[in-house]
Amino acid sequence: MDFLVDNFGSILFYVVAGITVATAIGVVAFRNPVHAAISLLVTFLMVAVLFIMSHAEFLAAVQVLVYAGGIMVLYLFVIMLVRIADIGPGKVFLSGLAPLAVLGGVVLGCLIAIGILLGSMAAGDGGAAAMTAINGEAIGNTEAVGWLLYMKYLVPFEIVSVVLLVAMIGAIVFGRRDAGLAGAVEEVEP
Amino acid sequence: MIGATHYVALSLILLCIGLVGVMVRRNFITVLMSLELMFNAVNINLIAFSFRLGDLTGQVLAIFVITIAAAEAAIGLGLIIALVRLKDTVALEEADEMGG
Repeated sequence: MDFLVDNFGSILFYVVAGITVATAIGVVAFRNPVHAAISLLVTFLMVAVLFIMSHAEFLAAVQVLVYAGGIMVLYLFVIMLVRIADIGPGKVFLSGLAPLAVLGGVVLGCLIAIGILLGSMAAGDGGAAAMTAINGEAIGNTEAVGWLLYMKYLVPFEIVSVVLLVAMIGAIVFGRRDAGLAGAVEEVEP
Repeated sequence: MIGATHYVALSLILLCIGLVGVMVRRNFITVLMSLELMFNAVNINLIAFSFRLGDLTGQVLAIFVITIAAAEAAIGLGLIIALVRLKDTVALEEADEMGG
């Protein structure tokens, strides 16, 4: 029991990390896109837990609201809109290159892991400083992030808002029924 | 004691799973979901180093990453709708107009 209490943070991290990795593999491996989407939802929630463990409470709330709330609903919406039967049975992966791709992913992972190991040996792996104070005044995480976002990073914030506007216009253009895409392809293929 | 290395290792595993998913899956929707996994891996990395260094800039960057992910989801799902209208499928190898 003492062991549990003393190592609660570590045990929580390993449990949450395990669920994250398992559900992430589920996203890639599940045949049915709806199952993959639900698996992805659990991954997002577990990542939000990790954010809380790293004292990024505002980011955790944003993660749940934007990812689990907004983006997941959008994905499920499109999955429901598209007929799943069109994908065809038995073919989940692209033919031929799948083992090569997995090998490439594993090799890349090993390379970055070596880098992480060397880096952590060089730099050590200490704890963190408190970061919920700006101008010597103790404030909450949301206020601190907001202060930084609207004071120091105001210009990037405005640029990102323009990117969002462009994405919205692009989505509307793609979604139009007379988007001109069908006509363009027919012209290319006589 | 859980340090930054653990978070970075988890982020690495998520990134590789997402990368493999993007490369091997046939279904466009699942490819986009694997892309979201990679975005999340990057966010874990940023948050871990934000915590480790005691600097909130990583969290602000993570907000920007989430914003771009939302824009990517909107565009990608619009593309899926356009592809389904055009080809009546979400299988990626059917979209070979440009000779890919």
